[in-house]
Amino acid sequence: MDKIGVYAVPFIIVLTVVFGAVKKVDLFESFREGAKDGIGSLISIAPSIIGLVIAVNMLSASGFFDMVCSFLSPVCSAVGIPPEILPLGLIRPVSGSGSFAVLSSILDTYGADSFIGRAASVMSGSTETTFYAVAVYYGAAGIKKSGYTVPAALIADFSSMLISVMAVKYL
Amino acid sequence: MLGYIWLFMIAASFVCSVINGRTDILAQAVTEGADKAVNLLISMAGVMCLWTGIMRIAEKSGITKGMSKLLSPVLGKLMPDYTSDSKAMQAVCANITANILGLGNAATPFGIRAMKEMQSANRLHDRPNASMIMFVVINTASIQLIPATAAALRQAAGSSDPYLILPYVWITSAAALLIGIFFTKFFEKIWGLRNG
Repeated sequence: MDKIGVYAVPFIIVLTVVFGAVKKVDLFESFREGAKDGIGSLISIAPSIIGLVIAVNMLSASGFFDMVCSFLSPVCSAVGIPPEILPLGLIRPVSGSGSFAVLSSILDTYGADSFIGRAASVMSGSTETTFYAVAVYYGAAGIKKSGYTVPAALIADFSSMLISVMAVKYL
Repeated sequence: MLGYIWLFMIAASFVCSVINGRTDILAQAVTEGADKAVNLLISMAGVMCLWTGIMRIAEKSGITKGMSKLLSPVLGKLMPDYTSDSKAMQAVCANITANILGLGNAATPFGIRAMKEMQSANRLHDRPNASMIMFVVINTASIQLIPATAAALRQAAGSSDPYLILPYVWITSAAALLIGIFFTKFFEKIWGLRNG
């Protein structure tokens, strides 16, 4: 299982570049354009990231996360989620930059390759910023009522939190 | 919304630092956090740009179009209020393909176009129909081939293998997506919002 990621990455890159060459795409120019887009999005999220990493770093230094963890650990152990990743689960549906900052703090504190670090990475990679998507898409359509969208989406988010922990633990 | 969260974080960190007797570390944490944020952005820039670059090649070589065609019948079944050759469904397919390839900047405009097209044929007017809800729920679940942001953060945190998470992310996001679709269908049965 762990080997899949190691092979998948070069495989996807080689496949894409070779296929692009076959299709006579201007390879390096396209790569450059895409990478420029990447820089652009990084610059556009940078102010939020700076603000939120500072806030998360303050929370971490103040002992907030330790208090939340010890307070919530009975609930978490009943459901099977390590309390350390719960803050990530709470902020993930609400704010992309916020969850980015929280994930980075978890990876720094517990180590990227630890069980908690891996579970948190899988969780953050497997979900989207639910409330942002709901706001943007219904806003674009001019719809104020969202029906049962949010309950269904949050059930999926919560499931992904549970499944990411189980996947990292048992697979 | 984010303003309140930020306020909460800062206020809570102050209160907790007083309770835990760590107010002296808090001031240090502010400057340290600012420093960390910039280092983080710089150290993940390479990985992020690698994937936006590679995926742009995929887009230009027609992989996105092919994938869009493959997805069309499946998505048509999930959003039966619109025919698969409608402008709405074309935008839906383009949006979901862009999401799979991690082309976030391209995905959002397609998604907005999809919602506008769907809304123009929506007989419920001020409420989303079942297909629109299905589309938004699918968009709130992540369906990325490469979770580039998480991988870049792992890289920045000194992981020995940032991409170790790939198969786990695929399994988890697929399972969560199916659960989301199941509950969307389930709620639709209970509260039914069919188009017309």
